[in-house]
Amino acid sequence: MMCSIQITKGLLDKYGPDRVLDTPITEAGFTGIAVGAAYQGLRPVVEFMTFNFSMQAIDHIINSAAKSNYMSAGQISVPIVFRGPNGAAAGVGAQHSQCYAAWYAHVPGLKVLAPYSAEDARGLLKSAIRDPDPVVFLENELLYGESFPISAEVLDSSFSLPIGKAKIEREGKDITITAYSKMVGYALQAAEILSKEGISAEVINLRSIRPLDRAAINASVRKTNRLVTLEEGFPQHGVGSEICMSVVEESFEYLDAPVERIAGADVPMPYAANLERMAVPQVDDIVRAAKRACYRAAPMAATA
Amino acid sequence: MAAAALLRRIPAARAPPTALMAARTISDSTAPLTIETSVPFTSHIVDPPSRDVTTTPAELLTFFRDMSLMRRMEIAADSLYKAKLIRGFCHLYDGQEAVAVGMEAAITRSDSIITAYRDHCIYLARGGDLVSAFAELMGRQAGCSRGKGGSMHFYKKDANFYGGHGIVGAQVPLGCGLAFAQKYRKEETATFALYGDGAANQGQLFEALNISALWKLPSILVCENNHYGMGTAEWRAAKSPAYYKRGDYVPGLKVDGMDVLAVKQACKFAKEHAVANGPIVLEMDTYRYHGHSMSDPGSTYRTRDEISGVRQERDPIERVRKLILAHDLATPAELKDTEKEIRKEVDDAIAKAKESPMPDTSELFTNVFVKGFGVESFGADRKELRATLP
Repeated sequence: MMCSIQITKGLLDKYGPDRVLDTPITEAGFTGIAVGAAYQGLRPVVEFMTFNFSMQAIDHIINSAAKSNYMSAGQISVPIVFRGPNGAAAGVGAQHSQCYAAWYAHVPGLKVLAPYSAEDARGLLKSAIRDPDPVVFLENELLYGESFPISAEVLDSSFSLPIGKAKIEREGKDITITAYSKMVGYALQAAEILSKEGISAEVINLRSIRPLDRAAINASVRKTNRLVTLEEGFPQHGVGSEICMSVVEESFEYLDAPVERIAGADVPMPYAANLERMAVPQVDDIVRAAKRACYRAAPMAATA
Repeated sequence: MAAAALLRRIPAARAPPTALMAARTISDSTAPLTIETSVPFTSHIVDPPSRDVTTTPAELLTFFRDMSLMRRMEIAADSLYKAKLIRGFCHLYDGQEAVAVGMEAAITRSDSIITAYRDHCIYLARGGDLVSAFAELMGRQAGCSRGKGGSMHFYKKDANFYGGHGIVGAQVPLGCGLAFAQKYRKEETATFALYGDGAANQGQLFEALNISALWKLPSILVCENNHYGMGTAEWRAAKSPAYYKRGDYVPGLKVDGMDVLAVKQACKFAKEHAVANGPIVLEMDTYRYHGHSMSDPGSTYRTRDEISGVRQERDPIERVRKLILAHDLATPAELKDTEKEIRKEVDDAIAKAKESPMPDTSELFTNVFVKGFGVESFGADRKELRATLP
């Protein structure tokens, strides 16, 4: 429902007008209708033009979808997917640039996924649609245009990725960087720069914000002893805060430095290009934070 | 026994006087009876149905019984709430029974119903039982939501009753979604989405109506207009309190919601219309004797005279009682006996519900997901309380 940015291109021809529907621009109405259809056992995929507009429908996502299975003691399950671009695009201003990962991942009963690569997008969306619970699927407009190498396995029609499992995009020994969506690409760029300075960074692509793969994050930190959390969204009460707390709870003794946090600036997104650049994490910020985490303890010993 | 059976087949109008009448039992005849509704229907951009409603003696007696059961259940819930056995919110339906009962008589269990939080009687109408209702109100295991939902979250999916919703107005788009699924599956069934005069002003209603009209969904929007949205009278909340007209390009019907036969006729009409043509709005002119909820005495924004006036002039149960007696389908004593049976049924159900234990503590973590992947969930102190979601 709600066609945009050509993601649904070709679907109408393939599946017909009974299954691919354009809606009026009335999020509360069409989201409620989709959730009601899911109550009856259909499997709707709701598209928000961007997740900024999901706020018009957030009551249905949370109160009508996320909580229903619990309140009804399992009678009313809601096999629905809410998908669309999330986070900052370029120059679209304050009302069109927010990242909703932290808000939706806050809610028990929702699953929240954030693909980075083409493999992620394909595998996670398939799992999301097959999943019997409500899934919020946070894409990224700038990533739509990026190309990624893909294996034959990924192209197979049965390919899917498990929900709740992160991916180690790049293995490393000295520091862990967690990221999701577009920031994974930035973290990988930062890791390249860090490696030239003798710091081996392990980049974790979270893929799943809720459930969060705490096991993978903690296993990595127990190996590297240092952590930078990275996200595009506002910093306060963000995804990084939860990751930091998880590590403090489960792997405190393994930390050799305080956890570092890189996030979007704590301001509504400005329009001017220079200010916008300051409002979103840049690769430099990630590199700087990683170095801070590495130089607080004794200088880097021989990295065996 | 044979004599009694013979007597039952004699239509009431032909029954010979007193001697035989004393031996007559309550009529369970299914011989058709035509009764006029209290007032004609008022309609908006559609021709209204006839005022003449076909019913049977058996149906009228069922109406009496069902509405009396609902009435007694709600009154008992009032006492349980005051005894602090029911906590939080408790929104009672007494006065509005004719809507629940009349609607059910017009449709099948394949049609869907969704409503807001004043849901106890709809649950009963859809086949829910008293024990699971009272147990849910008291937060016990035998509750229809195993104690996890409470008063506002009763559901009965096997009877196509989808709750039970706490957010004013949300149930209307959800109901249009149920209708979408019915149409998608070519089921020739309809959905009744109930809402109040307060919710009638919600924007999402109009969004859902617009989409329903565009896609010709079998949605029937039923405004249970009890004239007060919480404590606000309809004329202070709605610029246009003619709720049956608010659909604008969608047809509407105004119905005396205290007349169970009018409700039945309107719902039958609405279902046929919705399956063939798309959405329709029904406005049920009804009344609640209780306040908005148990926290509201209901008398600070209405006069006691108004409340007792409605009780005297328009009570749905009394109306059916008069009909039954006028058509000689039962004696006053027989109806009183029915009411006594109902009281006992309700008392027994409460006793049984009280025996049900509170949910096991493990239930804190059940049903968060259908499929949990073995992830963990946490209590207030996660080092003390955590669980793996199945």
